[in-house]
Amino acid sequence: MKIRLENVVKTFETFRAVKDVSLDIESGELVALLGPSGSGKTTILRMVAGLEFADGGHIYFGDQDATDIPVRDRGVGFVFQHYALFPHMTVAQNIAFGMKVSKVKREKAAIDIRVTELLRLVRLEGLGDRFPAQISGGQRQRVALARALAVDPKVLLLDEPFGALDANVRRDLRRWLREIHSELGITTLFVTHDQEEALDLADRVVILKDGQIIQQGTPEAVCRDPQSAFVMKFLGDANVIAADVRDGRAYAGDVSVEATGVTDGKAELYARPSDLDWSAEGPGIAATISRVLDRADGRRVLATTGAGEALEFDVEPERVVKAGEAGFVTLRRAKVFAV
Amino acid sequence: MSAFPPRRKPPRVGDAPLFRRALIGVVLLLVALVIVAPLVIIGVEAFAKGWAVYRDTIVHPDTLHAVMLTVLAALIAVPINTAFGIAAAWAITKFDFRLKRFLLVVIEIPFSVSPIVAGVAYLFVYGLQGILGPLLDAYDIKILFAIPGIIIASMFVTAPFVARELIPLMQAQGRDLEEAATSLGASGFRTFLSVTLPNVKWALLYGVILCNARVMGEFGAVSVVSGNIRGQTNTLPLHIELLYHDYQTTGAFAAASILALIAVFTIIAKVALERQGAGRVRKTANPAEKTS
Amino acid sequence: MTKGGGGSVILHRRISFRRLLPIKGTDRVRRRNVLPGLPLSLGVTLFYVGLIVVLPLAALVFKAASLGPEDYWRIVSSPRAVASYRVTVLSALGATVFNLFFGLSLAWVITRYRFPGRRIVDAVVDLPFALPTAVAGIALTALFANNGWFGSVLESYGIKVAYTPLGIMIAMCFTSLPFIVRTVQPVLEDLDPALEEAAQSLGGSDWAIFTKVILPLLAPALLAGVSLSFARCLGEFGAIIFIAGNLPMSTEITALLIFIRLEEYDYQAAAAIASVLLLTAFLMLAVTNWLQARALRYTARG
Repeated sequence: MKIRLENVVKTFETFRAVKDVSLDIESGELVALLGPSGSGKTTILRMVAGLEFADGGHIYFGDQDATDIPVRDRGVGFVFQHYALFPHMTVAQNIAFGMKVSKVKREKAAIDIRVTELLRLVRLEGLGDRFPAQISGGQRQRVALARALAVDPKVLLLDEPFGALDANVRRDLRRWLREIHSELGITTLFVTHDQEEALDLADRVVILKDGQIIQQGTPEAVCRDPQSAFVMKFLGDANVIAADVRDGRAYAGDVSVEATGVTDGKAELYARPSDLDWSAEGPGIAATISRVLDRADGRRVLATTGAGEALEFDVEPERVVKAGEAGFVTLRRAKVFAV
Repeated sequence: MSAFPPRRKPPRVGDAPLFRRALIGVVLLLVALVIVAPLVIIGVEAFAKGWAVYRDTIVHPDTLHAVMLTVLAALIAVPINTAFGIAAAWAITKFDFRLKRFLLVVIEIPFSVSPIVAGVAYLFVYGLQGILGPLLDAYDIKILFAIPGIIIASMFVTAPFVARELIPLMQAQGRDLEEAATSLGASGFRTFLSVTLPNVKWALLYGVILCNARVMGEFGAVSVVSGNIRGQTNTLPLHIELLYHDYQTTGAFAAASILALIAVFTIIAKVALERQGAGRVRKTANPAEKTS
Repeated sequence: MTKGGGGSVILHRRISFRRLLPIKGTDRVRRRNVLPGLPLSLGVTLFYVGLIVVLPLAALVFKAASLGPEDYWRIVSSPRAVASYRVTVLSALGATVFNLFFGLSLAWVITRYRFPGRRIVDAVVDLPFALPTAVAGIALTALFANNGWFGSVLESYGIKVAYTPLGIMIAMCFTSLPFIVRTVQPVLEDLDPALEEAAQSLGGSDWAIFTKVILPLLAPALLAGVSLSFARCLGEFGAIIFIAGNLPMSTEITALLIFIRLEEYDYQAAAAIASVLLLTAFLMLAVTNWLQARALRYTARG
């Protein structure tokens, strides 16, 4: 099922949570809505579900205008942030709930078979008789997913699906959700504030800020070509170096990078820690190492430039560097944004 | 977290042994004098003249009639107030609308208003000099100084009981469960019956029991609107007053003992229901959120 | 992402007047609700509240207002009425102050200490709520009459309780005690021990920690309990009329005076005096809400 949002607006009291958002989601696509808290991502998700009604604009499911269809009849599977499992029902009863209340009457035996099937799909065979309080957080998450899938939804919507879980469980479930998605091919939209989660899982990432989409694209596109300082910073660690732009190049210290399309004058260079390197000789940005942090996967260096900017970059573990050492920071690549 | 908590804990504020013992002692003494003694003396006075006198009072037609009337009032007022409480709690906790906080205050007004004031207020609605009085009189409908008046006055006094038990709990539980049920296709009634109700049933029952105790014991409002007609519009509390002022002290206490028993039952029910999680909003409203 | 919650649970009676203003800044507002049942449930609620609560109180105010200012003032400021206000308010103040200390101590003992019988004490705190006021009234009278268990002891020290203002106070204490205990208790239970530990680690004495850390945190609940308790005392009738002497000008409470005016078929006087009690109750509600809003300022976000 293809989903289209057209100029959707939502206001709470006087707070404009979603401002004129338009978005197309292809059938079978797995899309992440990524943004800091307050960016409107959950509100958008809830509007797609029918748990909030848009104040303006339209939401289409395929060719059907779903804007005014209530959540009961919209045919979406929604996985709540804290799962919203019915605490007084067993896992199996939770999963069966949607089929029991459905207008389409089903045989009890058919429901039982479907429940067993879903329990197998989410790898919870044998836990059907437990209550939500008796299983782990990761298991609850999977019950919530099974419950949402039980009604054969046209669209699967997940609100911060892994937010409440430990890092390890989170990583496992991410892979597993991806597998389920390829198996079922259901159009899926999920909300997260964790850029790693969005990039790992989604076919396409939609980055939101203050109720507006500021960039969208494949993980590759948004990572390699962030179009604003905000996206650059939000997607990962970034060093910021003051620079001057003249005739399409940005200059900082002895180095310069290409800055086509940036207006002349003050600008900022953004570089990932892996985009910088350390060298005893110039050309580069003169700096002094203030601290060296050893990590399992490498060595992180903290340095201060002559202008007082704090920079972080990674060097190979074999490289000998010491605090107090003076030298030059070199640039492999950087993005330039006008101030 | 260790399975065996250390036996000795550093003292918290107010844990100095002397202070602790003194405070417990004073509080227990006051509880005994202020709260327990009145209950005890009801029993003592009721049986002051022996079992036979007690029994005679209880089975006296006037007493029995008062009991019947009290039960009747409860049978009508409690279900109505329960329905109202559920409706109010649903509207207030599951939706946002303007004037919601104002509505909350209005619902709780009966708690702050003297029962006598309530009784007087009803006189000016249904009484002869009230706004509906002439109309009711024309059709010969008697509300005041009759059973309907007693029931309506009881309804005023106990209107907030069920709602005020349900609202904090349903507020704390949020709307996620209902939204989940609705997103799975459940209808409104289905959602209420199979998702909301099971999670608030003990609080609901507790509210009902409190409401019942208060309906049965209401005195001030009822004494204004009942007309105190012996054998006709006397509820149990009014009957107690009548006997007491007739200097039938033992009889009054015998009748009072029935209500005292209901009060004790109410408290026992409360404790039992609180063990089931009613009466107190749990910190994590959805137990599924707790990490085992 | 979620909208602001409902605020504190016991203190949900605060009114935010900002909420009452129309919502501005939305161009095309389609306010609809996701969950079903608002029209039915709100309709039932408004109808019932209107019929059972608002209509009679409005009728009372209307009746009192129809008196005209001069007659109204003459009735509500008559010496007997004023004397009844005095004895009611003073007794209520005395009872509330006593219950403030007793109720706080009781809540403290129940939540902070473990001792045999604690659960029973916790349970019997509700007895004054559950026991009908008339029953409480005759029981207290029997205890404090000059031949009663307590009355005879106090009599030998020259203290008379039954049929004096002291008796009124005791009846008020009894009926309003649970308000303070039950509003303070949950807050005391949920008090984060880390706050006390932090204060202890900073070298605070128990007394300093109690007055500077614990008490301020309890203040909103205490205020709520105190005002509920005071309001209940002002309106109490059943428990008091048995133990009070009901002598005009000295031991006649306002609620009783209303009742007497009714029995004299002086409905206008009853309405006028009842309206005074009603306005006092509303005033108490407003003051409570305002005090709580002030006391909870630090919980406001943004």
